[in-house]
Amino acid sequence: MTWLDYALWGVLPYLVLLVLVGGTVWRYRYDRFGWTTRSSQLYESRLLRIASPMFHFGLLVVIVGHVIGLLIPKSWTEAVGIPESAYHLTALSLGIVAGVCTLGGIALLIWRRRTTGPVFSATTVNDKIMYLVLTMAIVAGLATTLLSAGADLTGGHGHDYRETVSVWFRSIWILQPDVAAMAASTFAFKLHVVIGLALFTLLPFTRLVHAFTAPVGYLFRPYVVYRARDPRSTTRTSRPIRRGWG
Amino acid sequence: MEIRDGAGRPIGRVMAQVAMVMNLDKCIGCHTCSVTCKQAWTNRSGVEYVWFNNVETRPGQGYPRQYEDQERWRGGWRRTGSGRLVPRAGGRLHKLATIFANPLMPSIQDYYEPWTYDYENLIVAPLGDDMPVARPRSLISGEPMNIEWSANWDDNLGGGPEVAGGDPLARRLGEKVRFSFEESFMFYLPRICEHCLNPSCVASCPSGALYKRSEDGIVLVDQDRCRGWRMCVTGCPYKKVYFNHKTGKAEKCTLCYPRVEVGLPTVCSETCVGRLRYLGVVLYDAERVGQAAAVADERDLYPAQLDVMLDPEDEGVRAAARRDGIAERWVESARRSPVYTLAARYRVALPLHPEYRTLPMVWYVPPLSPVVDALVETGHDGEAAGNLFGAIEALRIPVEYLAELFTAGDVEPVVGALRRLAAMRSHMRRVNLGEPVDEGIAEAVGMRTAEIEAMYRLLAVAKYDERYVIPTAYGVDEADRGVIEEVGCSLDFEGGPGTGGMGGAAPWGEASGRARPATVENFHALRVRQSGEKPSGSAKRVNLLNWDGRGRPEGLFPKKRKDGAEAAEEGTE
Ligand code: HEM
Ligand code: SF4
Ligand code: SF4
Repeated sequence: MTWLDYALWGVLPYLVLLVLVGGTVWRYRYDRFGWTTRSSQLYESRLLRIASPMFHFGLLVVIVGHVIGLLIPKSWTEAVGIPESAYHLTALSLGIVAGVCTLGGIALLIWRRRTTGPVFSATTVNDKIMYLVLTMAIVAGLATTLLSAGADLTGGHGHDYRETVSVWFRSIWILQPDVAAMAASTFAFKLHVVIGLALFTLLPFTRLVHAFTAPVGYLFRPYVVYRARDPRSTTRTSRPIRRGWG
Repeated sequence: MEIRDGAGRPIGRVMAQVAMVMNLDKCIGCHTCSVTCKQAWTNRSGVEYVWFNNVETRPGQGYPRQYEDQERWRGGWRRTGSGRLVPRAGGRLHKLATIFANPLMPSIQDYYEPWTYDYENLIVAPLGDDMPVARPRSLISGEPMNIEWSANWDDNLGGGPEVAGGDPLARRLGEKVRFSFEESFMFYLPRICEHCLNPSCVASCPSGALYKRSEDGIVLVDQDRCRGWRMCVTGCPYKKVYFNHKTGKAEKCTLCYPRVEVGLPTVCSETCVGRLRYLGVVLYDAERVGQAAAVADERDLYPAQLDVMLDPEDEGVRAAARRDGIAERWVESARRSPVYTLAARYRVALPLHPEYRTLPMVWYVPPLSPVVDALVETGHDGEAAGNLFGAIEALRIPVEYLAELFTAGDVEPVVGALRRLAAMRSHMRRVNLGEPVDEGIAEAVGMRTAEIEAMYRLLAVAKYDERYVIPTAYGVDEADRGVIEEVGCSLDFEGGPGTGGMGGAAPWGEASGRARPATVENFHALRVRQSGEKPSGSAKRVNLLNWDGRGRPEGLFPKKRKDGAEAAEEGTE
């Protein structure tokens, strides 16, 4: 292991975490007005209606895949009786489908952004950098999956990231980074991780923050929201506002 | 504690709503209201295409184009088989499933593509035989464009039957209607947000950024909470929530709440040339809202909404209002409310499109002029009661059209309102000409002569204070009007370049962080500041705009701390 390994897998993750958390908190406190999807649907709808769901749904599956792959130790899945081969096959096939959807979606989104006049003029430098890093992360990620699948098809054994990257990832959270585990993985995985870290660093300062405020609360609140101009006035009466139906 | 009204009905939670009535007979379609509103609220980039107040010619497509076609836009609420209400565009799960691309989002072309002109060309064009022209240029793409539509393309039936034929209401009424319109029937419909009792825009907002204010019922967008999911645009059937394409946030008519809070009318009301707008408080029973909005038959929505409103003359209603924390000043104001009087007492004002089930709170006195015009054009006396009553019955087309607008197609309430207006018209003619009073006229419409005259005063000659009966916001009395309005730097808004003015008590300036609620303390601080002899805040601050850049004037830097605490010099001597 070189000093670079220590820097990349031992120090960098904590710096990124600091910027991610600190940046997000800072942005939330001082730029709530800028916290938005900056939807461009007013300008163009036809392409967006294909591209955006394709990208987002693909991405959601990818995120769930990452959570499972990185957080759940191999020993656990084996303990509940999922054989390594079955896990591998499902992960690969789902991963490829979702990855291709995401990549296709983002390609279409970028194409739309470049070719639709009003959308292009509403694109900031910040957006461009974000798109570059995001696309690289997706491409690198898909590449690791395809390499793995390729190795399977040619009868070999792909690199099992669950024994390297995942171990390292979990070790970060207990403040004992397993630099050796990460250093033992392949170049493709290392590249994907570095780009991913770059994306997390950028995240709080781009439009991507909209993902942090995904409106799940909507499912649990009454339709009509009342708010008092003067917060103290709600205590004037103890009777809640009931509308006669949900 | 259960309180019952005069008729013995229990009264639920009483709430107050600042509502509006517009008298359409008096609208001359001058668009002054739209222009003053735009100057006040939407003269910024990102909302070039936005008119919180717009005036559309009816019949006509409206703004945005054909917004009333709910088969297509799916705004408002839908009553399910089991009698519940869900947003017509889909419930919560459906909304979240389609959040990545809203399938029912109007495009900028449905409003219109805003533009400017290449004025520069007028000056820099080289000398030649042709006059230089200023070509239109899109404010969206920056490219040269052809102007093909705008917010008032079909003003005064411009564009003829081809355009007016796109009116969703006219379509519903059929072919023959359209033809008759051009001959005898046209009026203006000024529109703002309805500040609905059952707002579907609020219901559509996934992040809960839109809310109805519990004190005055004004529906607002919290700009700090809006995340640009743009579902509210779809939710509002009147298409009165707009997407600011620069900030990525929703914006809508605010009912000029900063003015209303200090007892002033909205800008559109204040500047209305026809003086046809009325503002006043309506008390209503919040617990009846859900039921009223969900009545089975669309035509029952108008009476159901009337039933939600509470009569402030009723002892029980006043007691219930007191119980629910409504200030006495507001209850008194509701008793003088011109809105309640026109809507519930005289029943000459009607809601716009009650069938959307949002219980809108901007109501309209339908225009009698089409009927009068038709009479006069055919050589009849347009002010004789008999003629007018007959014509209202005979002229099915304008009446049916008005019913499509105001009562979900039920002509009876429209006929009733028009008959009362007609009775007023012929009675007042007799008065003006010194003819003997004919009690029969008032009786024919179920009113008393004195009532007709009071209604005439309200509709024709009411002064400023009678048209706008607005109590000031909580905690401030009529006598304080003007004092709470600080004359400050217009750049001192949150996040503005003026941030950090006045002493800089907070790390990011006084205006940073959340807005401070009004308290006794800052009320007095404000008063001292406004009536003080010295400039407020840190008295020895240097105005950098006047500083010539030399030396180190006193106050250029904050004072050194003496005892570790900030040298607070806030003007409370
Ligand atoms: C589940 C949470 C999420 C929701 C509800 C959501 C929703 C949205 C919405 C409504 C838009 C605006 C589309 C438009 O009208 O123009 C958008 C755009 C976008 N989102 Fe998300 N998003 C989520 C998560 C994410 C994540 C995790 C990412 C990537 C890390 C992401 C990346 C983007 C990008 C790049 C755009 C811009 C698309 C474009 O206009 O070119 N989103 N998202
Ligand atoms: S009219 Fe106003 S309050 Fe009613 S749904 Fe539309 S935006 Fe909301
Ligand atoms: S200012 Fe008054 S008269 Fe003129 S268009 Fe507006 S509502 Fe009508």
